Amino acid sequence: MSNIEITKNILTARFDAINPDSIDEYISHNGYSALKKSLLKTGEEIINDIKTSNLRGRGGAAFPTGIKMEAVLKAYGSPKYIICNADEGEPGNFKDRYLMEKDPHQIIEGIIICAYATDIKHGYIFIRGEYINAINIMRKALEQARVKGYLGDNILDSGYSFDIEIYTGAGSYVCGEEFALLVTIEGKPGRSTYKPPFPTTSGLYNKPTQINNVETFCNIPHIINMGGEEFSKIGTSSSTGTKLISLSGNIISPGLYEVELGTSIRDIINKLGNGIPNNRKIKMVQIGGASGPIIPENMLDIKLDTKEMKKLDLCFGSGAIIVMDDRIDVLDILKRITEFFHHESCGKCTPCREGLTQMLILLDRFTDGIATTNDLALLEILMETMNQASICGLGQAAPIATQKVLEYFREEFTNKICSTDS
Amino acid sequence: MLVKEALDKYGKTPDKLIGAMLAYQKSTLCNYLTEEDIKEFAKETKIPESRIYSIASFYSLLSMKERGKYIVMVCYDVPCYINGSVNVVNELEKILEIKMGQTTTDKLFTIEYSSCLGCCDKAPALQIGATLYGNLTPEKISSILSTYRGKKDE
Ligand SMILES: Cc1cc2nc3c(=O)[nH]c(=O)nc-3n(C[C@H](O)[C@H](O)[C@H](O)COP(=O)(O)O)c2cc1C
Ligand code: SF4
Ligand code: FES
Repeated sequence: MSNIEITKNILTARFDAINPDSIDEYISHNGYSALKKSLLKTGEEIINDIKTSNLRGRGGAAFPTGIKMEAVLKAYGSPKYIICNADEGEPGNFKDRYLMEKDPHQIIEGIIICAYATDIKHGYIFIRGEYINAINIMRKALEQARVKGYLGDNILDSGYSFDIEIYTGAGSYVCGEEFALLVTIEGKPGRSTYKPPFPTTSGLYNKPTQINNVETFCNIPHIINMGGEEFSKIGTSSSTGTKLISLSGNIISPGLYEVELGTSIRDIINKLGNGIPNNRKIKMVQIGGASGPIIPENMLDIKLDTKEMKKLDLCFGSGAIIVMDDRIDVLDILKRITEFFHHESCGKCTPCREGLTQMLILLDRFTDGIATTNDLALLEILMETMNQASICGLGQAAPIATQKVLEYFREEFTNKICSTDS
Repeated sequence: MLVKEALDKYGKTPDKLIGAMLAYQKSTLCNYLTEEDIKEFAKETKIPESRIYSIASFYSLLSMKERGKYIVMVCYDVPCYINGSVNVVNELEKILEIKMGQTTTDKLFTIEYSSCLGCCDKAPALQIGATLYGNLTPEKISSILSTYRGKKDE
């Protein structure tokens, strides 16, 4: 296949090669070998290896995983907790569902290694309630891991004990945000709080807590097996390893692809997605999901690289790429995205709760043909306020798509202004 | 299932509450929690009724409105939206003769909007129970509904 040269299957190598219900097949494909190696090392050694690998979190914020682990290790307080964030709700993303449904033990092995390194005894996998198949597969996999002695008391005779519990969500996007997730586990409505302190020092039940995304944990066994140094050679200097890409929208071959970091968005769309159907042209692409930026066709050569993207105030987030062709009405899409956030806002803070309501009113004025220059100015100030003053990432990121459209497709708004009042 | 049974199975501590509420709701015929249920949860767990109520109203998988046996969750986020989720909604409304958010008179189906179902590679998508259905067409939608109609007397 033509796409061979740009896909790099590390996390997805076992997909469809093993039966996800069989721990023996996972083991026969090199599974749990990294755990065995890890149990012979100290926590510091493992964390150093992860720091050397330069792995960054795959849940959206790209925070260095080794540094997070080190903070948890050094934090005072016990018990400490580890949480795998499998709440995947960012529209356009489906990678974590595939990771759970196709290779559940890879995640479990990653969590156990991290927990051992930071000396944590209790872990959770927080899975969104809609993912019923994934929940069942993960439950079964945990049970198998216990039977084999990879979980539970005295793991593989190492003297270390650890177990994992599954927590299922009940339908709320904001619960993927780490503080909202923590209070949900504590049995409250998922509403975030101010930071700092961060979960690494004050997380679940105010105890030090390591929270990472599913894909982040999946990288851990590979880092241990190949060594941090080797891992850091994959990708670019600022973004190491591979990235799972959830490709969707107006595209011939939508699907999940694993690429080396540093690959360009254009290559992903053309070589893996096989381009746009019906001989249409690309109008714009949203990167990361609903909270990600929208960029025009002429910027698609940008590479998946944290540093390069940051120069343009962009990021690849959790790796969704949503392609939209030239039939799509930009404002209609922005309204849909804003409605999503409006529905998902927890309502705790004013900039987000009221800001989203006002954004929808203002966007309507543009589509209704009654917007003025003042409306545009007001919209921009409002969005800036939301970025700055919202308590959590939901409200801070909700305006990003609209702001990027104003940056790259300003005429979509100015064309619709009907009068220049004062 | 009784509220008490759900709590006995899942545990009465706050961290087990949402799981118990979901399991209990699923066991009710009409997929929702009544005010009596909320009171019962509060009594059994000794968690304030207001907190139980706020949980029931916060999470979209929990409902305090009577619903059908099968909840048809239609994804309406951008990848599905640009692949025709509007047509999916129209088709469902036509076949079931109800509007979005309503329940059929035989109490079999409720149609609801859903956030992204993680099935955007097969957009447009919907989910009923544990099953995801993607690449929806009008024909596919009507055949999906008839399989559930067939299960009626199970
Ligand atoms: C509104 C909102 C929703 C989020 N949803 C998720 C999610 O579904 N899964 C996830 O891993 N991270 C999500 N995050 C990011 C988490 O807060 C957190 O940064 C992440 O789980 C850390 O893991 P990582 O370092 O491995 O990326 C969300 C953040 C926000 C603001
Ligand atoms: S930003 Fe939005 S979701 Fe976050 S705490 Fe404020 S109201 Fe809630
Ligand atoms: S947008 Fe519909 S399943 Fe993701």
